[in-house]
Amino acid sequence: MTEPPSLHRSRSIRPVEDGVRVLLLACAVLSVVTTAAIVVVLTTEAASFFQTVSPTEFLFGTRWAPLLEPTSYGVLPLVCGTMLIVAGTAVVALPIGLGSAIYLSEYASARSRSIIKPILEILAGIPTVVYGYFALTFLTPAIRNFVQAEVFNALSASIVVGVMVLPMVASLCDDALRAVPQSLRQGAYALGATRSEVTTRVVVPAALSGILASFILALSRAIGETMAVTLAAGATPNLTVNPLESIQTMTAFIAQVSTGDADEDRIGKTIFAVAALLFTITLTMNLISHRIMKRFREVYE
Amino acid sequence: MSEVALVEHRADPPRVPDAAWTGEPSGNLLRRHLRAAIFHRLCQGATFVGVAFLAVLLVQVVIEGWSFLDLDLLTSLPSRKADKMGIKASVVGTLWVISFTALFSVPIGIAAAVYLEEYARKGRLSTIIQVNISNLAGVPSIVYGILGLVVFVRALQMGHSILAGAFTLSLLILPVIIIASREAIRAVPSSVRLAAFALGATRWQTVRSHVLPAALPGILTGVILAVSRAIGEAAPLIILGVPIYHSMIPSAPTDDFTVLPLQIYEMAKRPQAEFHQVAAAAIVVLLTVLLLMNATAILIRHRWERRVI
Repeated sequence: MTEPPSLHRSRSIRPVEDGVRVLLLACAVLSVVTTAAIVVVLTTEAASFFQTVSPTEFLFGTRWAPLLEPTSYGVLPLVCGTMLIVAGTAVVALPIGLGSAIYLSEYASARSRSIIKPILEILAGIPTVVYGYFALTFLTPAIRNFVQAEVFNALSASIVVGVMVLPMVASLCDDALRAVPQSLRQGAYALGATRSEVTTRVVVPAALSGILASFILALSRAIGETMAVTLAAGATPNLTVNPLESIQTMTAFIAQVSTGDADEDRIGKTIFAVAALLFTITLTMNLISHRIMKRFREVYE
Repeated sequence: MSEVALVEHRADPPRVPDAAWTGEPSGNLLRRHLRAAIFHRLCQGATFVGVAFLAVLLVQVVIEGWSFLDLDLLTSLPSRKADKMGIKASVVGTLWVISFTALFSVPIGIAAAVYLEEYARKGRLSTIIQVNISNLAGVPSIVYGILGLVVFVRALQMGHSILAGAFTLSLLILPVIIIASREAIRAVPSSVRLAAFALGATRWQTVRSHVLPAALPGILTGVILAVSRAIGEAAPLIILGVPIYHSMIPSAPTDDFTVLPLQIYEMAKRPQAEFHQVAAAAIVVLLTVLLLMNATAILIRHRWERRVI
């Protein structure tokens, strides 16, 4: 008993305090357990897949046909389909998202900000299956009026995925732009620059790391998107760069196997290999994005 | 003082030749102003794209689904015929799974946030937990489905029951709840805590009676948004093996079920146009619920921001 007795160490309170502390810690640690569980599940299940299929065949094979004889497990067509969606998403979401962010942060009045931001939040809150439905029943017929496209195509899917991640780009870029100190803008105005010159040559370059981080995060979200691409982009593993053709993304394949369109025993393991690849790609992109974001915070805080 | 500065300034040779300034905007200046105006309109247009898309989407689903939007839709079971198609089973399934999801994720999420903000010392463990949570928030929802399939459905033998679905969705929205709750807790001024400590309150007494009540509106906003995300989520449930067509109304947490987004998916996949219309009607129901929740969250936050600042 070397410690002096103090009031809050009296017997009636202390056990509660300790108990609460442990309970709260357990809740916080659950997130670490979740991550560990994801990693363990994906590695063990993917490892048993790689006992029958060599990793080289998986990563560099150009034919994905786990359902057809002769079977073939080259994941590149799925990766290619995913990248096609990512490219389309980038074309839609990045310029429009950045443009919206510039408008919100540099041009809009407080009043229009308070109207536009909730609207963008609603856009972000719409379930992805609704976007998929919209792509399939509205966008695809509209596109097919103008060009020869297949019923399932990467174009309409990537347009809706683009709109889906648009609010995220807009909101993160808006944060980045608003973090640029007002003095930089005033300095540029004092030199006689117009508002667009201030924005494009001073504010945007100063916020570039935050903008880049938001772009990476948005594209990583597009890679993991499932329902819209499953509904609208099709189920044809296809090594193509033509957005008017039917393709299959990594996520759509996993969903296809799970909805029971396939014989589960034989190809059950394949979804873990594909999911492990998906997880690795998105995790890498998220880590890069956080690294960039952290550096950007250090500059202005 | 200022005169001296002026004189000194004049002593420098002017960089822009004064002779070029005639009082009228030169061609170059006009071009720059034109460019500025175009840029302004472009950014405004970009903002308009998102708003317009939302408007078109909403109008489209309401028009498509209008003829099937009636009470029968809500009170009928799914059917092979479009005009008898109902969403009762999936709506009840959604209510079940979301109630349990909220029951699991909200207390745990808030507790984790309280630990990180009020208890954790700045150290290795809290850094690991923080980095980990922000990474978890970026993990695709389908990966949570894989986790749930292996852990809950297979290892713990829950099957694709409501409980398995709720556990999976809880893990999915936990990072969202934690991040939002942390922000709300951080926004509580430290004077509140110091005052409580000064009166002899313990840490937990301070948190329970002062910090949490003050942070409640912010936490509530985050919770509503997180739960509304879980309501719309379909991908992880598909991976669990939750049936996309299911006509039984669940009555216990261990029952099989389906949810509204999955039924919408199933109907949208069918080739017949009538089923697309029923799907649109179901989407209207789903979006109405989500928009109401969103509006509530925005309203709470609006009031809260006004009060604190």
